[in-house]
Order: sequence, then C-alpha cells, then structure tokens
Amino acid sequence: MYYEVKKMTNMIVIAELSKGSIHPSTAELVTAAHAYGGEPTLVVPCTDASIANSVQSLSGVSKIIAVKSDVFGGSDSSGWASALDSAIPSGTVLCLATTRSKDVAARLAARRNISVVQDVTGIDGTNLTSPIYSGKANQTVSVSGEAVITIRANVFDSAGSDGSCDVSVVDASGDVKTAVQEILQRANTRLDVSEANIVISGGRGMGSPANFAHLEAVADTIGAAVGASRAAVDTWAEIPHSMQVGQTGKTVNPNLYIAVGISGAIQHLAGMRSSKYIVAINKDADAAIFQHADYGIVATWEEALPVFQEALSGLLG
Amino acid sequence: MNRVIVGRAIQMPTIVVLVKQVPDTNAKIVVQGGRVDLSSVKMVMSPYDEFAIETAIRHKEATDGTVTAVTVGGPGAEKILKDAKAIGVDNIVRVWDDSWTDLDSNALQSVLSETIQALGATVVYCGKSAADTGAGSTGPGLAERLGWGNASNVIGAEFSESVLASMPVETGVAKISVPLPAVISCDKGDFKVRKPNVKGIMMAKKAKVELMSASSPSSSISVASHSMPPAKPAGKTFEGGASASQVAQLLRDEANVL
Repeated sequence: MYYEVKKMTNMIVIAELSKGSIHPSTAELVTAAHAYGGEPTLVVPCTDASIANSVQSLSGVSKIIAVKSDVFGGSDSSGWASALDSAIPSGTVLCLATTRSKDVAARLAARRNISVVQDVTGIDGTNLTSPIYSGKANQTVSVSGEAVITIRANVFDSAGSDGSCDVSVVDASGDVKTAVQEILQRANTRLDVSEANIVISGGRGMGSPANFAHLEAVADTIGAAVGASRAAVDTWAEIPHSMQVGQTGKTVNPNLYIAVGISGAIQHLAGMRSSKYIVAINKDADAAIFQHADYGIVATWEEALPVFQEALSGLLG
Repeated sequence: MNRVIVGRAIQMPTIVVLVKQVPDTNAKIVVQGGRVDLSSVKMVMSPYDEFAIETAIRHKEATDGTVTAVTVGGPGAEKILKDAKAIGVDNIVRVWDDSWTDLDSNALQSVLSETIQALGATVVYCGKSAADTGAGSTGPGLAERLGWGNASNVIGAEFSESVLASMPVETGVAKISVPLPAVISCDKGDFKVRKPNVKGIMMAKKAKVELMSASSPSSSISVASHSMPPAKPAGKTFEGGASASQVAQLLRDEANVL
C-alpha cells in the first residue's frame, strides 16, 4: 500500500519587507505554502533581526530564520538573491509578487538552475494558476521538482496568529552590483495605485487634467489612490504614466476600484478587472465599463462626484 | 573594435536588445479546448520591447557600437525582427531549435545566456515584462546566469562606461549606477520611441535574419491548461448623479469595502 506523499520538497516562505518591517501579506504566503507543499520555514530578510519578532505568532510555520545582511537595506536584486541563496536551504521558495520580490525570485531561481512561476493566484496540488495577457485569460502550469513561486497579494487568506516560533539569526553577505546615486523625491506624496486598497481613476471623460482635482478630493475622503486610463495619460502631459492603470501601465487588484469617465477599453480592463468591487460613473449608458461594474452610475461626473463625495464623507465622518 | 581617445582604449559596446512576439494587446483572447486560440490574432512586438529598442539605439548613439535584436521563436517571429531592423537596429538574430516547445524560465534563460555570450554582448536591453505572461523574469534571471548586474522598470538612461538608469521607487525616482556588463529591463519611459521610416522598412525587407541555436535543459514547468477568468455576475445600474449617494451606502452596507 502506498501513501500519497504531498510534501515533496522543503517549503520556504520569504517574508515581504516593506519600509523596514514585515508586510502583512507574508501571512498569506504561509497559507499558500500549506496549499502547495506543507509547513514552511519562514525566512526574514533584514538588517535588524528584531523585526522577525512580529511574525513569531504566525500559525503553521515550522521555523523562522532571520537572515541579516546590509544588502537588504538596499534594492540591488543581485545582492538580495545571493545573500538569500547562501542562507536558505534548497526547496520550493514562495515570495510575494511585488516588483522587487519578482526580480529577486527570478534571480534566486536562476542561481539554483530551477524555474520561476510569477504572479500565482491559484494553487491546486502542484498546479499553479496565473493570469496571462494582463488577466484576459488564466494559465495553469504543472510543476515538477523545486521552483521559486511568487504569489499575488489579496488572494490567499492570512494564516492565523496562535503560533509561537523561535527565531534563529543567520548573518549573510551578498554580491551587490549596482548603486543608488540619488533619489529625486516626488513632489506629490499621494499613495501609489499599486499599493492602495481603494483606487479612483479618471479617463478622457474628465474633460481636462485640472478636473482630476475632483477625483483627488474623493480620494482624500476615502484614503484612495488616484489612477488614470491610458487615454488620459496619452492625451494630457499633466497626467504621468505612473498613474496609468491597464495593460501598458499598472495592474491593480484593490478592494474597490472607481472608474470615472472611463469607457472600459480592453487594455484598461486588463489592469483592473480583478478588483474586488468596481464602481463605474459614465454618462454613456452603453460604455463597456458598465458590463464589469458591480455598481454603475449613468451620469456625468459633474453630477455624480459631488453627491458621491458628500455621501462618503457622511458615512465615514 | 577598439578606438583610441586621448590615449585610452575604449571598448565600443556590443548592445543586444531582446524582443518577443506576443498577441496584439487590443486582441480579444479566446480559449478553445482548454488552450488559448491565437490562430486569428495579430502578433506584434511586445510593447515594452519598443522602449528597450529605443534605449538600446540611444546607447549606441551616445557611445558608438552595434545594436543586435534577438528573439527566441520559430520562423513566424521574424516579422518582429524585421520591425526592429526598420526602427534602426544593426543586426537581427533568431534563436531556435525545432525540438523546443514550451521553454520554461530555466530553459529560456539558459538559451539566452548562451546566445548572449556567443554574441559577446556588453549590455542587454529588454522590456520589463512581455505582454503575454507579464512575468518579468527574463531580465533579472538572465543577469544572474551571466553574473551581471541588472536594473528593472527603467524609465530613462544616461550612457557612459556604465549606465545611469532611472527607475520609480516608493518616494520618487531613483538614479542607479549600473556598471557594465548588465541587463536593463525597460518600462514605458518619458520619451517618444522612434517609428520605422520608409527607408528603414525597405532596408528591413532585404535584411538577413541570422539563425542561431543553443543547448536547452529540459523544462520542469509545463502548461497544463488555459481558461477564461470567471465571468462577473451582472451588477446594479443606477440612473442620474443623485443615485451616487445610494451607491455609497451600498459600498458600506452590501460590499463592505469602506
């Protein structure tokens, strides 16, 4: 009689660092590790090992290794990957699908001559599903052997917090190849669309870039980031590409996405369709965006936004 | 190819730009029998690759050298190489072996790494991700295999014996010094990309595609199936601006997202 051995490889979760502390989505990676192969070792890249204390209570973690190195204070992906590689055992490695971690994942996989699967949103045994064509379709791949896997945030439930795991600290050094010369500070301190839980975006229907001030006013009320369609970015120089949501801009999956004066071109839909809830405000009842909206408001933004903002501040005030 | 400037030998860079053929980003994607059906979809160069080509040509204009566009693919992928030639690259190379099917990242990067070394490249440009998978693994993975530095999501570059690359960070835009050799993955920059002109298109027609091959390890990742994202249930639609207050209420009470 044979038993199915689910745990074929060591599972390793790399905690996501954000502004010097551990990103809460790290708890989602632990759940994903259990879905794929079993109880993971949690690796915390850090410059100060005390940050690992904040994850000691995560449930379902077999051990915690704080990997301490100066390279984790910087952004060079070669430094990150070489330091991690030296300190963590072989196995299947999970990280969060953020810009930096996707780079580090690709390097770590290449260092170990294994493959990387990015942006995973579904796990079924050793089958992994990721969106392709910016979410117009899904691709499921089957994995044999070890791999490095990045997991999209807000997809898996967070692991519980009734664990108690000791932290062992390992010093590591990395091979840094690049150097930051200067950082040009952004005058605008608004939240980035890819980090926000709520995004309000404007399209060409806003009429002029100055009218984005009305979106900013709503954004300030509800703590949202302000985005834009490609049409708006291409039409108005004042709307930077960093605000663009869609196939050649950023892909977002916030809890709430509010599209204002956006018709819903296929490229825009590709960047926001996975949002949990979608609100569309458009004067054209036939606009494609309404087919994807949970709540559609057929009205001009001039009519709808002031009412919307007042109602929102009433609810939140 | 050395030239002497004030008594110092400067190596002119051999610049490589990686390009990939993908479905037109405006195309509707259809899944038939568990696989994406691309038979009636127009194939184009992945949009970010246009920024990589532009940056590669600017590098050549700043330092001299040559630009070679490289793609991995069957004969059908030669169209985008001709497009790259029409825009202004010097040489075009297609890498292929008929035994290759779905190359996973490990296999693809091995092939590219061998090719880049055979071409003697000093710098490789590519798009930050391809418009099909959106993975963005090739730039950093290739750099790791070659033992090179890399920079990703680059929106601008200045060229000397190293590349000073601009990339967005949390607080603004960072300028990163990237010593060569290196791999630079390009995002949409704050500049216009050049388009092919008539002369370029005529030259591209006559241009010869150089064929290369490389050894590829077997893939450990294979595509099992494709599917369409689950359809969303129909939403609620309201008429008139006054309904916005009702929607705000629903966002709190029904959707629970405020």
